[in-house]
Amino acid sequence: MDSEAAPGAGTGDQDIARELCSQVAEADSAGTPLRIAGGGTKAFYGRPVDGAMLDLTGHRGITHYDPVELIVSVRAGTPLTELERTLADSGQQLPFEPPHFGPAATVGGMVSTGLSGPRRPWSGAVRDFVLGTRLISQNGQHLRFGGEVMKNVAGYDLSRLVTGAQGTLGVITEVSLKVLPLAGATHSLRLQLPLEAAMAKLAKWGRQPVPLTGAAWRDGVLYLRLEGGGRSVEANRARLGGENLDPDFWRQLREQELPFFDPAEPRPLWRLSIPHTTPPLNVGGDWLHDWGGAQRWLRSDMPAATIRDLASRVGGHATCYTPGAAEPFTPLAPVLAKYHRQLKAQMDPKGIFNPGRLYRDL
Amino acid sequence: MNILFDERLDGPLPTVDPEATLQRLRAALPDMTLLHTEEDRRPFECDGLSAYRVMPMLVALPETLEQVTTLLRTCHEMRVPVVTRGAGTGLSGGALPLERGVLLVMSRFNRILELDPDARIARVQPGVRNLAISEAAAPHGLYYAPDPSSQIACSIGGNVAENAGGVHCLKYGLTVHNVLALEVITIEGEPMTLGSEALDAPGFDLLALFNGSEGMLGIITEVTVKLLPRPQSAKVIMASFDDLGKAGQAVGDIIAAGIVPGGLEMMDNLAIRAAEDFIHAGYPVEAEAILLCELDGVEADVADDCQRVREVLDRAGATAITLARDDAERARFWAGRKNAFPAVGRLAPDYYCMDGTIPRRELPRVLQGIADLSAESGLRVANVFHAGDGNLHPLILFDANRSGELALAESVGGRILELCVEVGGTITGEHGVGREKINQMCAQFEDAEITVFHAVKAAFDPTSLLNPGKNIPTLARCAEYGAMHVHNNQLPHPELPRF
Repeated sequence: MDSEAAPGAGTGDQDIARELCSQVAEADSAGTPLRIAGGGTKAFYGRPVDGAMLDLTGHRGITHYDPVELIVSVRAGTPLTELERTLADSGQQLPFEPPHFGPAATVGGMVSTGLSGPRRPWSGAVRDFVLGTRLISQNGQHLRFGGEVMKNVAGYDLSRLVTGAQGTLGVITEVSLKVLPLAGATHSLRLQLPLEAAMAKLAKWGRQPVPLTGAAWRDGVLYLRLEGGGRSVEANRARLGGENLDPDFWRQLREQELPFFDPAEPRPLWRLSIPHTTPPLNVGGDWLHDWGGAQRWLRSDMPAATIRDLASRVGGHATCYTPGAAEPFTPLAPVLAKYHRQLKAQMDPKGIFNPGRLYRDL
Repeated sequence: MNILFDERLDGPLPTVDPEATLQRLRAALPDMTLLHTEEDRRPFECDGLSAYRVMPMLVALPETLEQVTTLLRTCHEMRVPVVTRGAGTGLSGGALPLERGVLLVMSRFNRILELDPDARIARVQPGVRNLAISEAAAPHGLYYAPDPSSQIACSIGGNVAENAGGVHCLKYGLTVHNVLALEVITIEGEPMTLGSEALDAPGFDLLALFNGSEGMLGIITEVTVKLLPRPQSAKVIMASFDDLGKAGQAVGDIIAAGIVPGGLEMMDNLAIRAAEDFIHAGYPVEAEAILLCELDGVEADVADDCQRVREVLDRAGATAITLARDDAERARFWAGRKNAFPAVGRLAPDYYCMDGTIPRRELPRVLQGIADLSAESGLRVANVFHAGDGNLHPLILFDANRSGELALAESVGGRILELCVEVGGTITGEHGVGREKINQMCAQFEDAEITVFHAVKAAFDPTSLLNPGKNIPTLARCAEYGAMHVHNNQLPHPELPRF
């Protein structure tokens, strides 16, 4: 695909792939670490990287978008708002509802951190919609994995491997994503329900054709979102009852703008990713449930080890969202850690890509 | 270029002493079934790609994880290659044995370990059949979404290894979208958990990497899959067209209307006639193309969508539009499609099934290219198409007993795949590379990309004992492939060793 001539190209497009490749090649020959940067909105999410900045924000623009194919290809430095606006103009969306955490958020940051919003349990995560990537390898070559097709099993799935790898395996310069139509109808509501009752209801509805795409709980209130065809949303709205909820709640939840996430709060913010059926873990602080119970936010002063133990005992893991944590991510089991190191050593032998961003030795 | 393992092109295989291997494995694993006589090994000499057969040196059928671990440790220590096999239904030769390798058959790991209807997950052993999961989940109103045509026979371990698809991928995804966790054992015999029953796990997404890795990175010993509530309603509309191009246009029109069908399939006239003769599905045998469009979900929405799809199809010039009256007729419409391969197989002694994926807009160009190749070669080609997601299955008809026809069919198939790459598509949408498409990988990827694939392999299996020769070609093979496609007598990559 000739990206220069491709349809969908907008104003402000800029292709600096060649410059980026030579910067990487120079860093590789000098053995200088690189800190890969987009808009900086998710810089807090991970360990600090000591390296020369590789700025992706100049590599921007939608290179190809054909709504009928349900696929968009976009350069990494493109502002996320620009991509979402272009999709919305064609009645489409990124179904995984990525958090921005600020107006400067880029598509590259979205893919590199792999973070998804409230719709994730029903729609899938970022990685489920990544179809292809262009990647700069450690020796400065511009490679292509996957592409603009829905189904592709040729070779290893490098595109999904680098999604969420936080730039530690290579520089993502462009990504092809599957997109989907916006729902025909939507309705948000709130129900007064204690946690146990709310979880029992969610378990029941999960086995039924209820068009849920959001389920959060906080302080005795269950927040729900229905999306689908007009008639099914209307029927379930009548059936579930409750009070109307401003749909902006879901954006505030995604962007951590609810009072629960107040940055002035002194206790660290933890994210526990656990099986959604895990019974209430009513210990050690304040809880907010998202993802129907599979993503639980905790404000707590408990030691990191205690919180990690709490999560791992129920089959999950815990991430510290408050900047400055020594180890924000759950340490890997020894065998898993060994293969992470071996993979990093193979793909980035000199350790130039975001060294230490995920773990000290990666 | 022959696809059987060729040390000149695929690199040297370790020197293996069959008798010593047998004695060592027998001593280490006295209770494990280990087949070594020719008649016992014969049934394992091929998978679903039956044109190619290799007698495995030994066939191991372990029943416990301890046996798998010991087998792998022993093979690792003795430098004996290991090829893993599930149900043996794969179409790309991913489980094609090696003369100097052990075939590790996982079919005895066939238990459903846990099915939790509230969590909507099933934890199963790799030898469990795809359809058996949905059958076990059915009493709870749940099912496992990916449904490859071979679902009554294929096993979930093989589905993960190949990242299997099916007819509902556009809406429900491939295997990778429906697996939550894997237990694997490395070639060194270490157990490792990838993913979890939560929705993500720390570190790299090795779960995604292992999906579709074709037994090259580790042995899958347990799979946790996501179950979905069975749609309240599912309807199938069949539309006939007097022109393939119009049918292709209609597919785009349905998507453009904002509808994501559960399944959207296209068949051409030769495939329609073959399926109708075989299954009596009620297909219109005079049509140039049919579309099968399944709409599923909440009942009220499905009814609305059916009406909208009818209108779209009408505007797109469909000559007939039929809504399946009931579940029996819906099942019959699908039966014709799901049996299209064996149905086409009745038209000729042999057929060769391709698996390219293309951007849907390129369909007219690719179908014309296939028609031209068919005319040029004299081989008939039937087209079956997962139209919603652009995955094309041309079936090339031939007679292997006629001298040169297998080679001709393979050459036509190879050129179809190259055409798919040329229009921005891929050589395999869901069947995998295996040995079958090892040469076309060189058309899909540049040397630098193939080098990265080898790096990934080396991270998990540095001595290359797991399924050597599959999935990723050597640069030497690609150089030879390039030489056959460059006709100016300039050999590309003169610097590379020729094994």
